[in-house]
Amino acid sequence: MIVDKMEQSLRPVETPLPEYPTKYITLATGEKMVIRQITRDEVPHILEAVKPLMTVEKDFYDIVASRMYSELLGYYRYRVKDEYCLIGTIDGVIVGIVNGRTVDDKVGMSYHTMTLKQGLRIGAQLFAAKMEYHLDYLNQEEVWIVAESPNGFKRWMIEYELESRPEIWHELGGVPTYVLTKALWEKHKASKCTGRRPVKEELLKTSENPILPETYAQIPGYKRCAK
Amino acid sequence: MRQVGIVGVGHTKFGKWSGGTFTDMLSLAAVQALDDAGVKTGEGHGIDQVFVASMGSGIINRQSGIASALVDTLNLRPAMAETIENGPASGASAIKLGYMAIASGMCDSVLIVGGEMMRVVSGWEGTDFVATMLHPEAEYNYGLTLPAFAGMFTKLCMEKYGITEKDLSVVSVKNHEHAVHNPVAHIHVVPNLYAISEDEDAHVINPYVAEPLRMYHVCPVSDGAAAVLLCAMDKADRFKKKPVKIAGIGQATDTHAVAEREVPTDLLAVRLAAQRAYKMAGLTPKDMDVAELHDAFQILEVVESEEVGFFERGQGHIAARNGETKVGGKMPINTSGGLKAKGHPLGATGVSQVVEIVKQLRGEATGRQVEGAKAGLAVNFGGFGNNVVATILTKEAE
Repeated sequence: MIVDKMEQSLRPVETPLPEYPTKYITLATGEKMVIRQITRDEVPHILEAVKPLMTVEKDFYDIVASRMYSELLGYYRYRVKDEYCLIGTIDGVIVGIVNGRTVDDKVGMSYHTMTLKQGLRIGAQLFAAKMEYHLDYLNQEEVWIVAESPNGFKRWMIEYELESRPEIWHELGGVPTYVLTKALWEKHKASKCTGRRPVKEELLKTSENPILPETYAQIPGYKRCAK
Repeated sequence: MRQVGIVGVGHTKFGKWSGGTFTDMLSLAAVQALDDAGVKTGEGHGIDQVFVASMGSGIINRQSGIASALVDTLNLRPAMAETIENGPASGASAIKLGYMAIASGMCDSVLIVGGEMMRVVSGWEGTDFVATMLHPEAEYNYGLTLPAFAGMFTKLCMEKYGITEKDLSVVSVKNHEHAVHNPVAHIHVVPNLYAISEDEDAHVINPYVAEPLRMYHVCPVSDGAAAVLLCAMDKADRFKKKPVKIAGIGQATDTHAVAEREVPTDLLAVRLAAQRAYKMAGLTPKDMDVAELHDAFQILEVVESEEVGFFERGQGHIAARNGETKVGGKMPINTSGGLKAKGHPLGATGVSQVVEIVKQLRGEATGRQVEGAKAGLAVNFGGFGNNVVATILTKEAE
């Protein structure tokens, strides 16, 4: 595709980043969740999974989904620097999405964590994968995090004992910024992060063309219309 | 002494309550129970007394005088009203007091509503709040919590009776399987026994809460409310539903400080409360068709099943392994999902257990029905077993 000069000047300079290595986790139900990084081209499809939740007030899904939608759109349209997105799939169906970006080579910024299928700690596992990406694979020193829901605050700020650094400005604004340092990650990693690599070909294949959820427990009566 | 029955039951969905106040949540369960019995609120409602069971609304919700608020909200004035607190056994205690009010002749009908809204605070704050029922000088001040006690108790039982972590997981999976059929249960996910006990990822998916207890061996933190309408059996004709009889109620206490107990693996108050309830009902453990046992921690279901006389000491986990405590087994336990999967909003729990037994005896427990159930036992456990209420319900002959 030819990018004109004006468009070129609107796009951020991208830093080449290593890809998050795909893994899988056996959940409590025995189902296997594959966690992998999506490409920019896959974003429009993932947006379709996010969209229905943008009006769900319960548990702050509306704000999380709306912001994630705009962040992913920003990634797709080249308006956010160094963003990435990981998805979790079970039998190919998207069950959770997380995203974030790198601020520089030492600092990561967590954007959002959204669970589509509840009750299996999928959000917790995807968040842990996101931290694993920043601190173990990008070898960054810390990740800046804010929470928009009580669930997020309990899961990240309290359970990871995040360091409060109100003097840091996080792009999402809102509550003061908290930080997961490398030391805190090392302290909690063993009890928070799991998964196996490599992923067997057969399992990997299920995640290649992610399927949009047909229903959402968060939206009673919702049924996705076939296109 | 007059005989007492239950003519109405109500139950909110346990889990995270949203969209209303604590009083709204209690009201929903209460209205369901009144509707079930065919009672209209307002003038001529005929409710003499309302008891509300709640352990900590004054602490975590900053709301006291709940019973007075509920009576006014429901337009049940000028009914008498009190709030009852007996830790996690508040619900069964409230039912016992309702029973006494009717049996004594002071009242003809009593509405019991139990509820708790616990998910407004963090897990740590919730755990601390529940721990306030422990001995203040000997236990609470040293940082002891209920999960900590349950962990130590489990360890002792493992050493003495050969119970394993996997045995506790078997009980947990069974209760989750039951809960799937209970629309008001908090959790409708069924864990896989291998995944939560042996899989490589189990250490994170099912982490230790208080070793050797893991997450799937411990009840969740839930909001919710449940209600029952009690009436004098000789005045039951005015209600829509045929009464389920409260055949026996027994209560017993034990030392407040757990360390002072003679045999630390015994739950003496459970044993005595059950024995008293059997005696009052003129029944034995063999007469029970179904039971709701207080499984805030899975070890409690195992030991309680022995203390109430269903199994010999040290055999409860074997019975669970053999599937005897499932629906369809010899002695189905926690058909509602139990505290483990249905949830445990403290003040609601004792009432919720009785709601499940009523549904079983009425034949309304769709998907989890114990065929031909005629008698059921509920055990509501306060403190770490220092105040226990056992209730036996029976189905009257058609």
